[in-house]
Amino acid sequence: MRRGERAGQVSLSRVALATPVRLISKSVKKIRMDIVGVLPLDVAGAVIVLWLALGLLGLALQRSPHLITNVIFPVGAIVSLALAATGLWALGEAASYAVLPMGLPDLPLHLRLDPLSAFFLILLGGASFGVSLFSAGYFKSMQDNTLGLLCLEYHLFLASMALVLLADDAYMFMVAWETMALSSYFLVTTDHHVPDIRKAGFLYLLIAHVGAIGILLSFGVMQGGHGIGAYTFAAMRDAHLSAFWSSVAFLLALFGFGAKAGLLPLHVWLPEAHPAAPSPVSALMSGIMLKTAIYGILRVTFDLLGAQQWWWGVLALALGLITAIFGVMFAAVQGDMKRLLAYSSIENIGLLLVGIGLTIIFHVYGKDALAALSLTATLYHSLNHAFFKSLLFIGTGSILHATGERNMGHMGGLIRHMPWVAVLMLVGVLSISGLPPFNGFVSEWLLLQAFLLSPGLPNSYINMLIPVAAAVIALAAALAAYVMVKFYGIIFLGQPRGEAREQPHDAGIWERIGLSWLALGCVVLGLAPVFVVRQLDLVTQVLVGRGLGNAAAGWLFLAPVDIERASYSPVYFLLAVLGVMLVTAVVVHYFYHGRLRRGPAWDCGFPAQTSRMQDTAEGFGQPIRRIFEPFFRIESELPSPFDTHPRYHGRSDDRLWFALYLPIKRITEKLSSWASLLQHGRIHLYLTYTFVTLIVLLAFV
Amino acid sequence: MMTTEQTLGILFQIYQSLLVVLLAPLLTGWVNQCRAWLQNRSGPGVMQPYRTLRKLFHKDAVMAYNASLLFRITPYILFGCMWLAAAIIPIIAVDLPFSPAADVIALVGVFALARVFISLAAMDIGTAFGTLGARREMLVSFLAEPALLMVFFTASLISHSTQLPRIVDALAHHQFVLYPSLAFAGLAFVIVLLAENARIPVDNPSTHLELTMIHEAMILEYSARHLALVEWASSLKLFAYISIGIALFVPYGIAEVGAMVGNWGSALPLAIIALLVKLILAGAALALLEALLAKMRIFRAPEFLGTAFLLAVLGLLIHFLLGA
Repeated sequence: MRRGERAGQVSLSRVALATPVRLISKSVKKIRMDIVGVLPLDVAGAVIVLWLALGLLGLALQRSPHLITNVIFPVGAIVSLALAATGLWALGEAASYAVLPMGLPDLPLHLRLDPLSAFFLILLGGASFGVSLFSAGYFKSMQDNTLGLLCLEYHLFLASMALVLLADDAYMFMVAWETMALSSYFLVTTDHHVPDIRKAGFLYLLIAHVGAIGILLSFGVMQGGHGIGAYTFAAMRDAHLSAFWSSVAFLLALFGFGAKAGLLPLHVWLPEAHPAAPSPVSALMSGIMLKTAIYGILRVTFDLLGAQQWWWGVLALALGLITAIFGVMFAAVQGDMKRLLAYSSIENIGLLLVGIGLTIIFHVYGKDALAALSLTATLYHSLNHAFFKSLLFIGTGSILHATGERNMGHMGGLIRHMPWVAVLMLVGVLSISGLPPFNGFVSEWLLLQAFLLSPGLPNSYINMLIPVAAAVIALAAALAAYVMVKFYGIIFLGQPRGEAREQPHDAGIWERIGLSWLALGCVVLGLAPVFVVRQLDLVTQVLVGRGLGNAAAGWLFLAPVDIERASYSPVYFLLAVLGVMLVTAVVVHYFYHGRLRRGPAWDCGFPAQTSRMQDTAEGFGQPIRRIFEPFFRIESELPSPFDTHPRYHGRSDDRLWFALYLPIKRITEKLSSWASLLQHGRIHLYLTYTFVTLIVLLAFV
Repeated sequence: MMTTEQTLGILFQIYQSLLVVLLAPLLTGWVNQCRAWLQNRSGPGVMQPYRTLRKLFHKDAVMAYNASLLFRITPYILFGCMWLAAAIIPIIAVDLPFSPAADVIALVGVFALARVFISLAAMDIGTAFGTLGARREMLVSFLAEPALLMVFFTASLISHSTQLPRIVDALAHHQFVLYPSLAFAGLAFVIVLLAENARIPVDNPSTHLELTMIHEAMILEYSARHLALVEWASSLKLFAYISIGIALFVPYGIAEVGAMVGNWGSALPLAIIALLVKLILAGAALALLEALLAKMRIFRAPEFLGTAFLLAVLGLLIHFLLGA
């Protein structure tokens, strides 16, 4: 009796220590939900069904485009928000399962919602909320007959991404994955009357399928030859593959998901397809769809295979570094604003893969606290990238509508005509450049902290590699700032470069709301890292068995390891800068005066300046092209000094396209021309083939 | 209820911030005066930057017709960023209450934030010189920034912390050890300091109307109080960089707030005297370095900074090889 009492006391006090308020609120929530009997998975399923219904409704309402833009897209956005809320709810819950009564005989569809899926659902819901609201305004100018179809594909795309995140067997996963690829293909080719866009769409579809084969084979290896029931993820977790076969599965998965993420050398579709799509679709693809590939890599590596070999991490790290540097270098020389952002996405995917690689290395060597740190950085950066890249992409949509241009060389001075878009995109630009106190800085900070903690790994070879990797990360981050100054400066600042068709107009009300939501996300994720990290702990606990926690008391200071070791407080940071700015402004105006006179620009007293004397996009990128010359395939035509109508032409291409893809294309064409020798279109010949095949088969049997 | 230590910490924080802001132009004046002496000129005296600031604050501001709000608030942002940097760095004392808000990575972030804003402001008017300056500034910084980060990494690997106070503490207040990795880091840091503060051989602080200018090209359109703030921020930046150099490589004499509770009357004057001596020496050395070097062509600058970057990475590698 006494012993029992004692045990009860002990456990009670332990409960009381562990944040009592949260516990109570959780249990209250649990009771309420238990009465209703609703699981997070049910709500997520309902969201998917609602999205599909909205898409079909849009198709039915094809004749009334106002209803589609003013009702269906905003309602879809609210559904997105519901999905994000569901994800937030599911983070704290145990995994919930469902078996759908659909699918092939003996092969039902499995769904599962665990914290990893929940996190990516938050990402999907949170970012698509802003993009859908923006779309409500953006698609107003679409031609009526395509709007219904677009609405269907758009919501199908969202629903399939959610299904990818919820799938719990290979069959369901592949169906959702292919639906995602196809619906996004149709979205990319919305303007299919432009030949270049058709070409971009085909390239995208092709590489998406090459990647899908890799994923399919990876699942095939992971099920380990245990028959048809072994295609559920649960069976794969228990398959216990040998080191060789798990490595094969990992490499196949890295190939397959890498093709979707834009990992080098499978990136070529990305800078073609993302700019070709309408801007909200580019935002969804860049901000969210690439993250489903990151989700896939995390799911396979940590959940299904259990991260076994240290060299997986080194491979991911090396590929990530190459991808990051390549992406940012090419972003610096682009003249098309959407291509620039697409290359910048390649860079960010590289950074995410570096984080994953680091996590694998730490996890394999049993340093789970460090693995939790680098995984937190990876997940945080995924979320950040979803917000700022979506923001920037939809912002280019507003610019495209206002100016009719995608080429930055014809823009300039838009801050004076589009103040809303300019201010909100400035937030995105500062975030993506990794500047404090915005969100991009937090994830970069966490990643660098993970690098700094790496000494102490038992493998001295990796210990040497890691500082070099940190240096490359720092270089990529600094170059990203270069790229973004170019992006913002050329588009929004300076004087207009071309003759504008008309006065550019600012974004409409829906577009402003969408942009504001995403900008707000960037600011909040930047200012409240402690809250975010606390939620991410629930995910890292599942994947690497440990959360990061916060060493500092209170929510103001983020201290991942130890307050003595490193800490960062974005709120104090912001208050200090703003405080000093305010005090300085007041003091200057009080003690002196605030008189201001406007005049022509000084420019060292040079009176004949024109807008053509500003840097063009190509000019701003020229130093990078020159410094990294060997990496580009540069074609340029310089006019002779005596040319009376001089025209300069220059372009920088991707060497990989010429060194890798064109040879593959040639080989494929050659092989298919041989195969076509068999093809004559005469039926008796085909019957002969069938007959010969049967004879050969009979001989074997 | 605050303890004596906390009260003292806050007092020191305020004192250090004010001291730095007021002393920064003096350091610039001292460097310029040394340069003048080395060039056999008599020079305007060390107080000249204050006179210039006073003059500029009294003038009416002139701004281009098409200048946007971004252009107008940038001087204040610059000033705020540099003041923040000066508040983080342990200049006279180590345990300042504000220092946990930002570590060395955030410090690099503050400088980057200021740099992005000044570059954007330079592009705002849309003149040939402005965009040229912005492009070159970003060109110089994309190599200088990672080099600076690597210097900090070397120091923080030694001290097992990215907090500047902890780094200073580990390097200064423990027994004296020679770190070969820090020698490489120190060399890299000097190059970064020259590049980031628009000094010869990367840029020339006293040039105008030359196609070689970087920093001056960016601030050409500023006048009066805005120019004064930009100039003051530049002085603060130089002060901050030299203080970082002192904190990392010669941190002896920087006081500890905790140790000063009883006897701050003796530790504080010592800290200030040590700081002044080090600043005077560093300023003179900077002027000497500038007098000895020649301005480089702009495309030699990336090679120069690439050297700094590689030196800093080498320092890191040496730390891993030797464990020191």
